[in-house]
Amino acid sequence: MAAGHMTTDTVLQNHPSGTSLLARLGERIFVYGALLVWTFIALFPIYWTLSTTFKIAPDVMQGHIVPWYDFTPNWKGWRSLGLSPDTIFTTSTVREEFLKRFMNSIVSSLGASALAVIIGSLAAYGLSRFEYKFGPWRNKDISFFFLSQLILPPVVLAMPFLVLYKQLALLDTQIGLILVYTLMVLPIVIWIMRDQFDTIPPEIGEAAMVDGCSIWGAFVRIVLPIALPGMVAAFILSVVLCWNEYFFSALLGSTNAQTLPVMVASQTGSQGIAWWSMAALSTAAIAPLVLIGVFLERYIVKGLTAGAGK
Amino acid sequence: MTSISVPNEALPPQSIARHNLGHWVLWLGSVLLIVVAGLQVLDTAGITSLGFTSWRPTLYAFIAWGCALGTSLVLTRGESGQQTLFLLPALLFTIAMVIFPTIFGLAIAFTDWNLSSNTGVHFNGLDNIRQLINDPYFWNALTNMFWYVLAVFAQYAIAFGLALLLNADIVARKFFRVAFLLPLMLSPVAVSWMIGKSLMENRYGPIATLARNLGWESVAFFSTPWIARASIMAMDAWVSIPFIMILLLAGLQALPVEVKEAAKVDGATSWQSFWEITFPLMLPVSLTAIVLRIIFELKLADVVINVTSGGPGGATDTVSSFIYREYRDRSNVGYATMLAEVYLVIIIVFITLLMNFVSRYMRKVV
Repeated sequence: MAAGHMTTDTVLQNHPSGTSLLARLGERIFVYGALLVWTFIALFPIYWTLSTTFKIAPDVMQGHIVPWYDFTPNWKGWRSLGLSPDTIFTTSTVREEFLKRFMNSIVSSLGASALAVIIGSLAAYGLSRFEYKFGPWRNKDISFFFLSQLILPPVVLAMPFLVLYKQLALLDTQIGLILVYTLMVLPIVIWIMRDQFDTIPPEIGEAAMVDGCSIWGAFVRIVLPIALPGMVAAFILSVVLCWNEYFFSALLGSTNAQTLPVMVASQTGSQGIAWWSMAALSTAAIAPLVLIGVFLERYIVKGLTAGAGK
Repeated sequence: MTSISVPNEALPPQSIARHNLGHWVLWLGSVLLIVVAGLQVLDTAGITSLGFTSWRPTLYAFIAWGCALGTSLVLTRGESGQQTLFLLPALLFTIAMVIFPTIFGLAIAFTDWNLSSNTGVHFNGLDNIRQLINDPYFWNALTNMFWYVLAVFAQYAIAFGLALLLNADIVARKFFRVAFLLPLMLSPVAVSWMIGKSLMENRYGPIATLARNLGWESVAFFSTPWIARASIMAMDAWVSIPFIMILLLAGLQALPVEVKEAAKVDGATSWQSFWEITFPLMLPVSLTAIVLRIIFELKLADVVINVTSGGPGGATDTVSSFIYREYRDRSNVGYATMLAEVYLVIIIVFITLLMNFVSRYMRKVV
């Protein structure tokens, strides 16, 4: 990569044992100390939010932090969402509202990511393999056109979309949200997938075509299975971005299609000291992402680093 | 070659028939689109009354036209048509989703459209631009963007440190990597509450308590301009540092081991070897990460909208959050759209200059 042009023709030997044991120990302590400090910074807000769902008012006001040591866990936060053990089977309007938003978030992020990965992979494969020429436009210009969408801030599209969607009767619908989110993540998907296809030798697809496959047959049967990890990475990254999206959802949805972040935002100001209920809502909103982060971390890293090295 | 593909080239009539079919399909699709769109225009203008309730028929006709275009390309162009088919869905989708809104946006930007007044929509020429030039809040928000973009360099410095830590010879690397990455995954809106509204809450938040114990008498994170701005920057940094860190870590791991070992043999201290070897080698990755972060930073809005609403007195406002409030609170659609269009132009100019600068700088250094 970056260091490819460096030549290291010196014959390398083992470390000179000049550094004293004490200095090495000091370095170790510093490294692990710094790691632990940042781990605390990264994880404490998440822990704080989760633990606050189990606090009652006095615990909140006295700033209690450690369960069973300075406060007794209480299902208060989850009860306010209708999700605690004693309220889960009773009817709860808050829970219905919450589940509706939750489903909206799931449908819009999965739908948009699937659509973006399908049309984005096709385009990326085309851009990676074939020579296009539309008038003065070549592959490079087309790629740039797609990538340039990245810099569009959501505010620029928000108002026009509002007008357009009103005319198309797409306001406050899931399909409308899916289309906007697809537009939002498409450049990223194309970026990741083009990088992915570039690493697959073209001979693989060509060999299949000699064997009688069409271009499309070779793509679907031979190339796609190899590119699958990249597609998974692009899909997961898209899901994360769509799940967290707030701006369009707040503007384009009202009662039917608004997603979880909008519900979190709308409750933020009105709850006062009822932190337990906000904490429960926030926890529910971030839980799927924390799980994705913990279990699918390598795909996130793969997605983020694809193409960025160029 | 198999015997199936030969007749296609040997027998022109078949190929001509296919060609014609292809043209017919495209014609049919185009006529359908024009007729449907035309009828809808007439209907909207009140000349006919076919009872359309929305423009959806035109949308469907557009989709049908896209399919017709694809079919026609394959029929008339053969293999090169099939190749174009890969690109077509994404291209048509993006064009439709960007071109129409842009046209609408430009049209709206020159009107006095306000949703809360019932005087209707009027073209008002350059009034919006004049208002924008005299709007101190817009320029204030733009100045704030300058500070927010500068904060990216602080994020970068911290992220580099973390990437070096993760790249060091440590146990449980995967645990630390996952832990460090997690903030990036969280929704900025949830973060607004988790950190801005509870951890940094003046009375009961643990960070406020900590600050009080450290001797800060009247703790308030969001009431004086610079402290409020710094607080927003801190929250934003918490979410975005992992992004830079992951890119830098990938860059560090791609560095050849020999490079660092060579430095040690020469007897350089680790401080020297970082500045003279690692840092210059990491420059391309660093610049990519910083440019990407700046692009994303220019869209910063969610945290500001939900924590401070731009306050105190506009000190934390970003352009996006300002436009959002202009629309949400004042229903000033025409003016807000003009602000957004102007902001877009500023961004495009800025990013172009930045990219030019970066590529010239790279040529000089490498």
